Amino acid sequence: MTFDYAPAPESRAVVDIAPSYGLFLDGEFVPASDGKVFKTVSPSTEEVLSEVAQASAEDVDRAVKAARKAFEKWSALPGAERAKYLFRIARIIQERSRELAVLESLDNGKPIRESRDADLPLVAAHFFYYAGWADKLDHAGYGANPRPLGVAGQVIPWNFPLLMLAWKIAPALATGNTVVLKPAETTPLSALFFADICRQAGLPKGVVNILTGDGSTGAALVGHPDIDKVAFTGSTEVGKAIARTVAGTDKKVTLELGGKAANIVFDDAPLDQAVEGIVNGIFFNQGQVCCAGSRLLVQESVAEELLDALKRRMRTLRVGDPLDKNTDIGAINSAEQLARITALAEAGEAEGAERWSPSCELPDSGYWFAPTLFTGVTQAHRIAREEIFGPVLSVLTFRTPAEAVEKANNTPYGLSAGIWTEKGSRMLWTADRLRAGVIWSNTFNKFDPASPFGGYKESGYGREGGRHGLEAYLNV
Amino acid sequence: MSELTGRLAVFKTYKLYVGGKFPRSESGRVYEVTDSKGTWLANAPLASRKDARDAVVAARKAFGGWSGATAYNRGQILYRVAEMLEGRRDQFVAEVAAAEGLSKAKAAAQVDAAIDRWVWYAGWSDKVAQIAGAANPVAGPYFNLSSPEPTGVVAVLAPQDSSFLGLVSVIAPAIVTGNTAVVVAAEDAPLPALSLAEVLATSDLPGGVVNLLSGRTAELAAPLAAHQDVNAIDLAGADADLAKDLEIAAADNLKRVLRPTPPNWSADPGTGRLLTFLETKTVWHPKGT
Repeated sequence: MTFDYAPAPESRAVVDIAPSYGLFLDGEFVPASDGKVFKTVSPSTEEVLSEVAQASAEDVDRAVKAARKAFEKWSALPGAERAKYLFRIARIIQERSRELAVLESLDNGKPIRESRDADLPLVAAHFFYYAGWADKLDHAGYGANPRPLGVAGQVIPWNFPLLMLAWKIAPALATGNTVVLKPAETTPLSALFFADICRQAGLPKGVVNILTGDGSTGAALVGHPDIDKVAFTGSTEVGKAIARTVAGTDKKVTLELGGKAANIVFDDAPLDQAVEGIVNGIFFNQGQVCCAGSRLLVQESVAEELLDALKRRMRTLRVGDPLDKNTDIGAINSAEQLARITALAEAGEAEGAERWSPSCELPDSGYWFAPTLFTGVTQAHRIAREEIFGPVLSVLTFRTPAEAVEKANNTPYGLSAGIWTEKGSRMLWTADRLRAGVIWSNTFNKFDPASPFGGYKESGYGREGGRHGLEAYLNV
Repeated sequence: MSELTGRLAVFKTYKLYVGGKFPRSESGRVYEVTDSKGTWLANAPLASRKDARDAVVAARKAFGGWSGATAYNRGQILYRVAEMLEGRRDQFVAEVAAAEGLSKAKAAAQVDAAIDRWVWYAGWSDKVAQIAGAANPVAGPYFNLSSPEPTGVVAVLAPQDSSFLGLVSVIAPAIVTGNTAVVVAAEDAPLPALSLAEVLATSDLPGGVVNLLSGRTAELAAPLAAHQDVNAIDLAGADADLAKDLEIAAADNLKRVLRPTPPNWSADPGTGRLLTFLETKTVWHPKGT
């Protein structure tokens, strides 16, 4: 006898998506200067959700001018007043969180369980946290009266559209900057809904400007001579291009880029907990997470036992409709991303690693990739070196703690890492030696507005979150 | 020329300082260093790109030990540098006076400030984590601690306008937190830097923690800015055009870049340089029974 899950879809009726959206520029929605538009689709069905404006270089210029104009008054507001705007925004996000969660799952493809229980609560918390800093900057450890930078140009990715917006906008506004933000091409909608939240909160016009568009819009924004700050989350390749673009200017830059995190399981680890952490580490958000635990390093003596348990657990993962409350793994965000994941997985096989997936039915339309693990992976394999950004786990083994550290650090990236052990001294010894900005021990993929996030080496520079996150937007 | 009667002074052959040793440039090249009036002072090594790469290897090799040393230990070693300098104060006053065309009194003020700067930074070693770190109150049952860690190997282009105080002001903040450094001395006034190496070598500073090169700043900076095993670069000694080129090259492996700013090496240095070459590591751990 088998027990099947009945469909448990979250209602779409809670969100009302308009057939088209303009750019949010100086407090109003306006069409692109050259009238260009593009479509955004739901990756789980390929249904067109809406049509949005493709901002041109001229639109970028207008937005920067609007932000510059707004900066004068916004930065002169008492911190306590700026704080209240941000508290308002936090509250409105809480009020509209179900609507936004459904919207995010529609536009991004992520399971409603995650958008509802992870993304949205963190978005509201982030605004709430930074709201409280706005009138306390004198006490933040950056000297008396630290000043905002001016206009911030912010470019964010598609994997956590609204959360990355929050990470960018909340600290920027709290410190007195104004912003021009470009959401990712494939996930523009939640940022446009955020524009409406700014309207509801009564935020002065020009303080937040949202420009939808593709990479050319982002390049125009980053290269604009009158912005003072660039904040980017995305690929290491684009991050390097941005670093070259701003060379020789006074623009302050923070980059949160790719990763290839090691998740290290020692022989004394609580294996059942470790399995949950491994699954959360690589399959959360379909593995489309810069800090995903994409390299499992397991101590040889427990490798077989751990892999058996991991495969058993993977067989229970439910892949499918993002709006179904029982879905664990949703859709890949775009056809382009699916092609990249597919190509790297094929390279894994071609280079000699052994591929395994639980049997699972994938929907006929939309972009899907079954949870996958590779064993027999060597450090030379592309799947051990390159960021896949998908639900693909590469398993390597080690014998000694020193070897684990050596292998974990053998990457140009350095964003995050995981450690599983019951022994405190071993955990701290390992954490000291890992060259990564966030270390999760006996847990994984935990986020909090009070906790700084960001990488070492080619995972970028600067921190988002916590007191550290203020520095990125202050003239210090 | 010196008089035929009396004792003939013993000249010093100035050498590079790499991995705790004092090699000549592998290229065999030297360049003439003069005082501000054009009088010959010494033939300094004209370091090559290969010397720069060797210095990076030495700095990388030293990084594990130095960054892993206790903060107390690093602080004592920086303080030891100040002690050693104090004993050789007259030598450095003479060298700085010659290098920068300063009166003896003004050169002495520079040297004294440089010695005091070592003392100031020495004290930072075991305090920086307390001002740059944080215990973060996350919304859940987790221990969450952010700590600063050294970025790694830092290429330092020492300022051109302050051969000793400026030099010390860029080296000390980089190494006190556990970074290792490859330093390009002021191009026209490298001798105080090369003499500082002799002090560093006798202050219990492990070999390779500071590597000093003399030569053409632009020639040496290019391979350092492009080097894949250098983690950060301090552009203090680069002019605007060179700084831009180096910043572009540095983007290739996303080096942390400290852009040149109008210098005032006599001013209170603050914590800016100290905090630039640090990474924040945040460790999470569940609480439970």
